[in-house]
Amino acid sequence: MLKATVYVTIKKSVLDPQGVAVQGALRSVGFQEVESLRIGKYMEMTLDTDDRAVAEERLKEMCEKLLANTVIEDYRYELED
Amino acid sequence: MKFAVLVFPGSNCDIDCYKAVEDTLGEPVDYVWHTATDLSAYDCILVPGGFSYGDYLRCGAISQFAPVMAEVAKAAEQGKFVLGICNGFQILTEAGLLPGALRRNMSMKFRCHDSVLKVVNNTTPFTVDYAKDEEIIIPIAHGEGNYYCDEETLEQLKVNNQIVFTYSDNPNGSVADIAGVSNIQGNVVGMMPHPERAANALLGSEDGKRMFTSILKTWRDRHGAASIR
Repeated sequence: MLKATVYVTIKKSVLDPQGVAVQGALRSVGFQEVESLRIGKYMEMTLDTDDRAVAEERLKEMCEKLLANTVIEDYRYELED
Repeated sequence: MKFAVLVFPGSNCDIDCYKAVEDTLGEPVDYVWHTATDLSAYDCILVPGGFSYGDYLRCGAISQFAPVMAEVAKAAEQGKFVLGICNGFQILTEAGLLPGALRRNMSMKFRCHDSVLKVVNNTTPFTVDYAKDEEIIIPIAHGEGNYYCDEETLEQLKVNNQIVFTYSDNPNGSVADIAGVSNIQGNVVGMMPHPERAANALLGSEDGKRMFTSILKTWRDRHGAASIR
């Protein structure tokens, strides 16, 4: 079994209205150092395989096909035993 | 001419679409469940608004893999008319049948009110009954209607005349004020505003009616031409 963590975020080139709103909220309560903020999605899953290479390939496919919309989002993933 | 109104779990504008076809055109129309695997009987497919599959993950992300969507792709390929409204537009972009994506509204608010649209392209099967640059009143009701595409795609949309409607007063932050786009062939259109909610004067506007009459007119023109040969 492998544990996978997938992070999906709005692309740098695309405006993230949620991130902008939360950044504004933080600044308004005194956290002036917040230069930028982006909100994303965090997903964790367990995979029924021990083969990391296969798992990575399958994860990439999952991200491209469903988990991220690559028109507006970037993704990355981590794998651990 | 036969219409299909797709129904996903969570669709909530399906009845409005059905009624708009029934009342405006009087042509046969069926509700078609998302599990259907054959749309060959239909000439026009309406993908209605709502919150299909709860809009989990992203609006339209899960619906794009519903069994019926493979048939919608096939129908689009065959040149049949496909119109996605609101959530239907989101589904069509997720499915890759239309370019771009819909983001959260810039204001972070769900906007539900009338909007003034400009008919940018009146040569699509859905807009022939409008005048070019005509301004029409069609309501919007969405939280995620902020259209996005990169600059290269935007250029392509302009060059190919794929921008069908723009907002006169941009309510959501959409790139280039875009309210609706088509595919290159023009037979697939997606839009955030709801023409089916503007099909009766009692509802505040009748400007949406002509989208439906346009579809029938185009179909008759093409069908008539085809049967003579």
